Amino acid sequence: MSSEDDFMSGMSSDEDDVLQESENEEGSADDFGFDEPEPDLGFSQKEDVQKKKKIFDVNFKVYQPKDIQAQQDDLIDEVNMILDIRKEDAAILLRHFRWNKERLIEDYMDRPKRVLEAAGLGTNVAGPPKLEVIPGFCCDICCEDEPGLKSFAMKCGHRFCVTCYNQYLAQKIKEEGEAARIQCPAEGCKRIIDAKSLDLLVTADLQQRYHELLTRTYVEDKEHLKWCPAPDCQNAIECGIKKKDLDRVVPTVVCDCKHRFCFGCILSDHQPAPCELVKRWLKKCADDSETANWISANTKECPKCNSTIEKNGGCNHMTCRKCKHEFCWMCMGLWSEHGTSWYNCNRFEEKSGSEARDAQAKSRVSLERYLHYYNRYANHEQSAKLDKDIYNKTERKMTQLQSASGMSWIEVQYLNSASQALQTCRQTLKWTYAFAFYLARNNLTEMFEDNQKDLEMAVEALSEMFEKNVQELAEPKLKVEIMDKTSYCNKRRVILLADTADNLANGVWSWGIDF
Amino acid sequence: MASSQKRITKELAEVLGNPPEGIAVNLVDEGNVHNWNIVMDGPEGSPYEGGKFKLLLVLPTDYPFKPPKISFKTRIWHPNVTFDEHGSMCIGILKPEAWKPSSKIMSVLTATQNLLAEPVPDDAVETSAAEKFKNDRPLFNREAREYTRKYAK
Repeated sequence: MSSEDDFMSGMSSDEDDVLQESENEEGSADDFGFDEPEPDLGFSQKEDVQKKKKIFDVNFKVYQPKDIQAQQDDLIDEVNMILDIRKEDAAILLRHFRWNKERLIEDYMDRPKRVLEAAGLGTNVAGPPKLEVIPGFCCDICCEDEPGLKSFAMKCGHRFCVTCYNQYLAQKIKEEGEAARIQCPAEGCKRIIDAKSLDLLVTADLQQRYHELLTRTYVEDKEHLKWCPAPDCQNAIECGIKKKDLDRVVPTVVCDCKHRFCFGCILSDHQPAPCELVKRWLKKCADDSETANWISANTKECPKCNSTIEKNGGCNHMTCRKCKHEFCWMCMGLWSEHGTSWYNCNRFEEKSGSEARDAQAKSRVSLERYLHYYNRYANHEQSAKLDKDIYNKTERKMTQLQSASGMSWIEVQYLNSASQALQTCRQTLKWTYAFAFYLARNNLTEMFEDNQKDLEMAVEALSEMFEKNVQELAEPKLKVEIMDKTSYCNKRRVILLADTADNLANGVWSWGIDF
Repeated sequence: MASSQKRITKELAEVLGNPPEGIAVNLVDEGNVHNWNIVMDGPEGSPYEGGKFKLLLVLPTDYPFKPPKISFKTRIWHPNVTFDEHGSMCIGILKPEAWKPSSKIMSVLTATQNLLAEPVPDDAVETSAAEKFKNDRPLFNREAREYTRKYAK
């Protein structure tokens, strides 16, 4: 049973870290330096403060929708008290200043009129917004003037009927997804509609959508907040990593919904590769640019019908199979014109022919190199999917194990841990290949590849054990082996990531291909 | 949509009753108030002077919540109008973010007239015309006058 204890402490350390991050946030947010001019990535500091924190971990905090709303409300209340303005106006001002409270207060103290004007609040008259029936009113939008027509005007005094207002707002909210900056419908009026007035003018479903959009703008306006990209997840993550730090750190965060993603670019966790490299790599894979290179090295388009033609013989007199167009492979001109200018075309061939051969050779070598890394990258992606299928069967396996061997629920959790380790390690391995593609050859790279190899061998070994059938899995010996291997995989991953992150933070990687 | 019908009818009556100088309006088809034919005189002092330019104004079904569409049916050499069969025009007031439901066709028409008198090369859709307008005004004016004579007489 002692191994069980080991396993429990070893396996759950990851989760502990996540919990710890949330608990320690108040303390550690400061030393992470949200407002510090020099990006102190806090590696050494963190090691002192939190022994368990790994070098490649970043501080972050998960917020639920109600937290995000509460944050906005707090800021609004604060501005409402300090500047003594209506809450609706405070909200509009804050949105105008992209939730930078300090700048808002400073600017407002300096010249309140100009700030109000710029934020679309104009001169203010007190009183809550209300619908009114004004005798002799004619709506400037629909030209209706029937008696009893309900109308509304914001503080700017531009009055329109409720129906037109409703349609205008519906279009802005539903079609244009606009919320924070909807202006008065009057031509040239920049006054922004506030939440209270809006609630008076539209139906409940639009109100809800409007408030959702408003909350979105709060998160989108703040550099250190991002939405969790997982489908149906409504949480936001706070992290102090700034855009300019992204060449030195890969900020992977984990939402409460368990989704692991990069705070820098919102893609799924891609440690150890930095965001810019990931972007380049994905573009390269998507373009299938190497195929394109081959096509450009070996084929041309028929000048008449644009079919792609591969030259398979020595003769430059080409006849397109599709449209029967006859042309010269070298100059792409009409073959019929070659009676007199043939000599020129021939000399052109000598030069460009050797160039084409060089280009072709270069293209081949770089293609092979790319395929080496791509195949391994793609293989881990594929294997992770297969492991996941097995993971889905794991639960059934664990139940079977419980009844077959009489083990308790807690005693079969090692399979779950193994499965999770496989997922995270493969995700890491996958990106090590994209990373390696861009690396130049030197000692550091060799150490990196050694780490990569160690992790890969451990992962493949674990993956193999994991596929055994229930009877075998129930054997105590295999169970211990799986637990040891799981723990080893996790350790190898941490070593690889720590090493890579350290070199990245210190800027000592040298790149063979710029990204 | 009944409300847009009422508004359009009113705007049409205003433009017909008190047309801006140098602009004539009539419906493409008497039963449909959504399509307007416009004939605009080239502004005095501009290279378009003396020309009569035909335009088509189309009001979408959700007008006035969506802006009208306006295009030149007569070819015109102008930085802000495409020099092709579409004659598409780039004009600030018709951009979706600038258009307001209370904006009026009358202002669209006068804005178009102003654009003829004073092109805005920084908002150009016909870049070669904009280049010439900026770098070689006499050449641009000469060409614009020639095209006016050729297409707009």
